[in-house]
Amino acid sequence: MTGAGGAGPAVVVVGASLAGLRAVEELRHRGFDGPITVVGAERHLPYDRPPLSKQLLAGEWGVDRIALTVTTPGGLDGLDVDWRLGTRAVGLDVGGRRVALEGGDELRYDGLVIATGAAPRRLPGTDGLAGVHTLRTLDDALAIRADLDAGPRRVVVIGAGFVGAEVAATCRGRGHEVTLLEALPVPLERALGAEMGNVVAELHRDHGVDLRLGVGVAGFEGDGRVERVRLADGSAVPADLVVVGIGVSPATDWLAGSGLALDDGVVCDATTWVAPGVVAAGDVARWPSRRLGELVRVEHWDNAVAMGAHAARRLLAEPPFAGGDGGEVEPYDPVPWFWSDQYDRKVQLAGWSAGADEVAVVDGSTEDRRFVALYRRGDRLVGALSMNRPRPLVTYRRLIEEGAGWEEAMAQAASA
Amino acid sequence: MAYRVVVDFDLCESNARCMEAAPEVFEVRDDDYLYVLDETPPEELRPKVEEAVRRCPKAAISLVEE
Repeated sequence: MTGAGGAGPAVVVVGASLAGLRAVEELRHRGFDGPITVVGAERHLPYDRPPLSKQLLAGEWGVDRIALTVTTPGGLDGLDVDWRLGTRAVGLDVGGRRVALEGGDELRYDGLVIATGAAPRRLPGTDGLAGVHTLRTLDDALAIRADLDAGPRRVVVIGAGFVGAEVAATCRGRGHEVTLLEALPVPLERALGAEMGNVVAELHRDHGVDLRLGVGVAGFEGDGRVERVRLADGSAVPADLVVVGIGVSPATDWLAGSGLALDDGVVCDATTWVAPGVVAAGDVARWPSRRLGELVRVEHWDNAVAMGAHAARRLLAEPPFAGGDGGEVEPYDPVPWFWSDQYDRKVQLAGWSAGADEVAVVDGSTEDRRFVALYRRGDRLVGALSMNRPRPLVTYRRLIEEGAGWEEAMAQAASA
Repeated sequence: MAYRVVVDFDLCESNARCMEAAPEVFEVRDDDYLYVLDETPPEELRPKVEEAVRRCPKAAISLVEE
């Protein structure tokens, strides 16, 4: 048994990435001065993941550029954290308030933040085949970069979600041949909807990507190293390097048997509370969105920042923390927001595109690839997308936050 | 202690998250460029400005203590 001594309540954060770090930062900001231990499966101190598919992969930035920083005095050192890096949590005893670590160590906690994020889905038949990558971690990105550095490559990207689309763009920028395979008829359909996904499709084609839609992957061929990707129609695409970007699954394996509700993530209440002394944040957390009236899990960078801090505040309202009486903590109910950079285009989405009944371009034009589009569901404004046109998004995001109706949004667009 | 807001405009992409956190200090105008309205904001705005620092997806904002 190691970890916190007897001096006041102790916090353990499992997950040493963005949500976990922002939780720690908020705890210190709020004056919590007890022991904090952060457990991270990766060997690295917290770093920023978005540049992995962009500047880091492009070779423009070194590893030193992506370290995450904090606003608390003294920076990362000032947080006074006991970092347990390169160490996986393997079990949780909710009643006994203990986290089990690989190797047999246990950490006692009074407060636990679950922030283990998500892990990339893999395709069968890729084990032991060199040159097939996923991209989630810094080590993943460095491995892909090393492969690209070895010379001109025929890159096959499987999955035209954000990671796949960004990797495709970055690889084209480096001069490699890129084939982008997507099972759905439109890239980024789940994130942007079909109409706007088509704008992104044309963007990639104009940059020389061989974009193949509605294509299934049947398997991989190669002698020790990948040489071809076999498609469901029987054809094959030559490949020196494959990046699989088919989404992620919340990292909840270590919570099996803990008794916590697991359903596509750790299920929280509306305040990020999971169980006595336990909160969750970031990609791993699923909570009831009052705006949507359903459980949501959000994989965006911005959500990890805001939810990590919110979970920390919720934790401090728990006994035995000073002032913790389990009292009112406001629900976590943000309007999601994300961005994606592909070539010289910046895409941002506020709110939700899924299930939209109508998409209307209200500023600029899709031909110019500089525009704002709004998403309607029923009579509400539910989402706003911009490409290279950030300013109006501030206004529409606020309208979404206020629960504005579609007519109000259209009136705003007409007056702008 | 006073502090100064420093924006790295090579990194800034006008995501306007800072403007939402601290509109007294940051403004993205209709030309889609960020303008810093007050480089040395009063101490009472510090929590909002720090939130702007944390919410910037490009880590383009820093605070220099003076």
